[in-house]
Amino acid sequence: MENILSVRGLTVDIPLASGTLHAVRGIDFDVKRGETLCVVGESGSGKSLTSLAIMGLLPKQAQRSARVLDFEGVDLQTASNRDMRKLRGDRISMIFQEPMTSLNPAYTIGDQLIEALLLHRKVPKSVARERAIELLEKVGITAAANRMKQYPHQLSGGLRQRVMIAMALMGEPDLIIADEPTTALDVTIQAQILRLLKDLQRELNMAMILITHDLGVVARVADKVAIMYAGEMVEAGSAAEVFTSPKHPYTRGLLNCIPVPGKTAVGEHLGSIPGIVPSLIGDVAGCAFRSRCDEATAQCASDIPVRISPAGHLYRCVHDYDRSASLSVNQPKSGEA
Amino acid sequence: MLVYTLKRLGLALLVTFAVSVLSFALLYLSGDPAAAIAGETANADDIEAVRLHYGLDRPLVVQYGEWMFNAVRGDFGESYYFKLPVSQLVAERLSVTMLLGICGISFALLTAVPLGVAAAVRPNSLVDRIALFLSVMGQAMPSFWFGLVLIVLFSIKLRVLPPSGSDSWQNFVMPTIVLGYYAMPAIMRLTRAGMLDVLGADYVRTARAKGAGEFRVMFKHALRNAIIPVVSLAAVQMGFMLGGSIVVESIFALHGAGYLAWESIGRNDLPTVQALILVFSMFYIVFTFLSDLLNAWLDPRMRVG
Ligand SMILES: Nc1ncnc2c1ncn2[C@@H]1O[C@H](COP(=O)(O)OP(=O)(O)OP(=O)(O)O)[C@@H](O)[C@H]1O
Ligand code: SF4
Ligand SMILES: [Mg+2]
Repeated sequence: MENILSVRGLTVDIPLASGTLHAVRGIDFDVKRGETLCVVGESGSGKSLTSLAIMGLLPKQAQRSARVLDFEGVDLQTASNRDMRKLRGDRISMIFQEPMTSLNPAYTIGDQLIEALLLHRKVPKSVARERAIELLEKVGITAAANRMKQYPHQLSGGLRQRVMIAMALMGEPDLIIADEPTTALDVTIQAQILRLLKDLQRELNMAMILITHDLGVVARVADKVAIMYAGEMVEAGSAAEVFTSPKHPYTRGLLNCIPVPGKTAVGEHLGSIPGIVPSLIGDVAGCAFRSRCDEATAQCASDIPVRISPAGHLYRCVHDYDRSASLSVNQPKSGEA
Repeated sequence: MLVYTLKRLGLALLVTFAVSVLSFALLYLSGDPAAAIAGETANADDIEAVRLHYGLDRPLVVQYGEWMFNAVRGDFGESYYFKLPVSQLVAERLSVTMLLGICGISFALLTAVPLGVAAAVRPNSLVDRIALFLSVMGQAMPSFWFGLVLIVLFSIKLRVLPPSGSDSWQNFVMPTIVLGYYAMPAIMRLTRAGMLDVLGADYVRTARAKGAGEFRVMFKHALRNAIIPVVSLAAVQMGFMLGGSIVVESIFALHGAGYLAWESIGRNDLPTVQALILVFSMFYIVFTFLSDLLNAWLDPRMRVG
């Protein structure tokens, strides 16, 4: 199937007083219709900047560049502001990390939902209103007609995020980007919201990029997984492959941190690999993970090769972890290809 | 909202009472009122007769009560100078002052808000610097000096505007600018600060993510939130300006209530001065009260539960 979104060599640089911050450093991925790509990585690894770069909503001072940034044949790098405006909210929607502050306090839920459709379609307000109510019901909000008249401050965080989801769906987008849609919410509500998103994505046959810290979520909803570390995609592939045979030492470290029922305390954070992420200000050379990596060698300070299996499972490491384990599995396939 | 309104109303009434006591006290603070009414040539017997005639020999509380009772009905007594009811005098002049106040605040809002928005959209740009310069100037220049500069420029050098009087709209141009410029800096800076704050808000990013254009993002989504404190500041300023029009009306000899106050002080016309103080204070109190209500009404978080 055709890719809806293709990204090659995406970088985001932010000039700071102390030098240039290379927040996103050349990442590649594709998303197809009906597919869920989960992007995983610890705080500060560049996940939000990546999604904002696709939306064209980066902070003013940030600089974006890419070899390919293609959304259904539209080159997002050369698209005019006007074209980007037409795409946003209509064909690409985004759900943000902060449900408490993402709705405008001065307008009712109804006004804000209706606006999302009227910005893109010439339909009567009553039609937009009906669609808004329908979507509020779809995201599990009862007494939707009454909720339309309410202001954001009258709703709980969970309800506000449901409203944000409904708003993202108003224009029937082809691609929905959900940036940690549940981190700000109660644990009990997190699961509901994620299930809702996944169901909607299937039902409406959208492509979805879901950004999360939570590997448990990834295991349940992802078709493809991308692991980000210090602005790079260190490993990417189908969810099944990444989970069953993780290659990159960072991914393996993350998977070892997956909560075990009875052993892991509720609320305990994932990705507790000892060490800290190096500064990405100024020139960054070699593997950014080497200060924390048990398998690091002298070569890790120079250029790191990207290894791709025939099935498209990718990772960046000086070690070739496929040679022994995957030879027998991959050989016949590569023969076919 | 009802409780809030009642609280504010209670506060307003309390301040009104305090102000009324003060303006009543003015009668005694400026010397013996009976002597003032009787005039400079009167002897002790005349003064005593006046005291009895006007009831000035009764206890102060009774006099205050009577004065207040009449004031509430719009009766402020008779002007010592014009020998006309004070209420009639004040009412005639007040329309000029109100017109000036409305023109002044409109001028202030129409310049300050767009300038504040433009400055916030591009901080440290040329527009921002010009806005900063104008606002510092506005605060540093005393109104009377700025008024004189305008008169020199437009009435004496260019001869395009009349320096004084209140007969045509041209008489209002310079007073409006002077009065408006007085209120402009605070409004401009509050708009700029509010916009800067709001432009970084998550909901502004949400508006962009919906596909809203820059103009819509600025005015519908950002300004609507940043303007709330600006509107209430403007209401307070409006009350202040109606009282503060004394200076401006005197410079331009604009025959408004402020000018009347200035004249009446010079003429020792106490009932008129009392009435004007009360009226000016009431403006201030009413507009402050309105400002609180507007603030609550514009902010749904205060308006609805
Ligand atoms: N406007 C900005 N100015 C300067 N630095 C920024 C800005 N926005 C992001 N950064 C930096 O860029 C890096 C990547 O940020 P990003 O928000 O993409 O991380 P993230 O992976 O989404 O993290 P989290 O999981 O905490 O949301 C971080 O180091 C962050 O401090
Ligand atoms: S390149 Fe070196 S440091 Fe980086 S993950 Fe591989 S072994 Fe570890
Ligand atoms: Mg983020």
